[in-house]
Amino acid sequence: MSEFVFLFRSTDAASRAAMGSPEQMQKSMQTWMTWMQQLADKGHIKDRGNPLERTGKLVTGKQRTVTDGPYAEAKDIVGGYTLIEAKDLAQAVELSLGCPIFEGGGVVEVRPVLKTTM
Amino acid sequence: MELHEHLFRREAGRMVATLTRIFGVENLALAEDVVQDAFCRALEVWKFRGVPDNPSAWLMATAKHRALDVLRRERTARTFAPELGRLLESAEPLAPGVEELFAAHVIKDDQLRMMFSCCHPRLPEVAQVALMLHILCGFSIGEIAAAFVSTHAAIEKRLSRAKKVLAESKPLFEITEASDFAARLPALHRTLYLLFNEGYHGASPESAVRVDLCQDAMRLAALLFEHPAAATPATHALAAMMCLHAARLPARLDAAGNLSALADQDRSRWDPALIAEGQRLLELSASGPELNEYHVEAAIAAVHASAPRVQDTNWAQIVSLYDTLMTIRPSPVVALNRAIAIAQHEGPQRGLEEIGEIADRDRLAGYPFYHAALGELELRCGRDEPAREHFRGALALARNAMERRFLEQRIEACAGGKANLHVE
Repeated sequence: MSEFVFLFRSTDAASRAAMGSPEQMQKSMQTWMTWMQQLADKGHIKDRGNPLERTGKLVTGKQRTVTDGPYAEAKDIVGGYTLIEAKDLAQAVELSLGCPIFEGGGVVEVRPVLKTTM
Repeated sequence: MELHEHLFRREAGRMVATLTRIFGVENLALAEDVVQDAFCRALEVWKFRGVPDNPSAWLMATAKHRALDVLRRERTARTFAPELGRLLESAEPLAPGVEELFAAHVIKDDQLRMMFSCCHPRLPEVAQVALMLHILCGFSIGEIAAAFVSTHAAIEKRLSRAKKVLAESKPLFEITEASDFAARLPALHRTLYLLFNEGYHGASPESAVRVDLCQDAMRLAALLFEHPAAATPATHALAAMMCLHAARLPARLDAAGNLSALADQDRSRWDPALIAEGQRLLELSASGPELNEYHVEAAIAAVHASAPRVQDTNWAQIVSLYDTLMTIRPSPVVALNRAIAIAQHEGPQRGLEEIGEIADRDRLAGYPFYHAALGELELRCGRDEPAREHFRGALALARNAMERRFLEQRIEACAGGKANLHVE
């Protein structure tokens, strides 16, 4: 088994637009939980991970310039991550296909955790 | 942890009522934004960390924090509710004062106050129901349109007008004002009654029974009878009627998901706890000289509930209760139900005669169950062909798949007679 990180990316506006009524929000929450649970039941969840605040600071350049994250212009920002266990990249991608984030125009970035060969 | 079905929209109602109390009714849109934020937050966090042990408390606490942010940020830019004035002007930190505004009993009163406010005398009944569904039950415009077989545009227009009336009604309805209370209580009863009926005999294209609407009406009615000033005989009668009808909901659809007529229902599936609660409330409702339509409707439902089999029903008592109802609140639908009860008591031919005598019978022409009742009685008289015609008429008016399946089965039941003679 190898480890992968799912980075969930979406724009603030798009995810808000996809929210809809409270009833729809509850449904989309339940869809997400069901998807996560299915992955967990099959032993693919190494760590459920965490949500990330949509605000923060950017520290850039040799000058260490600190700015508010230019998130408004960002196409999509990482809203959270989950640590996944899968056979290989192909399977990890396969596992991501059921993610409800796609319904709201979001993106899942599937990144293998770098393995060191000692 | 499993989320209770419809938890979000019911919490939305609680939160909007409370936040409107805090921000003032003219800032309803702001309250709705804060609630939306709380849900977004819940989605972000719960997806990764799971549903908290007490999701309602989590949501309300999140809304409270957001409300504090808004109050701090906009204390100079906006006018908030007058009762907040002192709080906002004081140099003290806002939090403890705001904490009190989120106490459980205050939240209950907030919902009650919002219910009364939705029944503003300047609003027509349909607008009151729509407003209550939107604000207190968390229904979106689209969901209200679906429940009432209306268009998105029509509901949007109705709601925005209604919200304007609400925003202009300053100060908001005050539940401590006894005179306001008494004046507006009948309108509130009526609105809850309509809400319940919409769920029970709904015209929704998705489903003939919207249990969630019935539950919402019952939840709001319970808020009423739990409040001393609102716990009048009429309130108890209304709540009793809801319980006794809701008790039959599990049997209204049979195992195959088809509508089941009262006479055919599997009575073992009626909910005994709701029947008992209905009877308790009905007794409480009999504590004064007042007799209104809710008393009578509850009493009719209680007679049905006390009959273990349909043939045990005391039809004479039901007919006499319908006679009373016709004097209190006459309508063609009540007259139709009375005629059906007479048919049960004195035979189908008598029922048909009674239907023939309904004064404004033409008003029933668009109601599928009017034609279905005629079909049923003709069928029982052994006249298959006219029965089939009536059922076909009903089928053409059916509003959802369940009603259609029900009526198709009734048409099949007419097949015994001259089916082969009928060519279309």
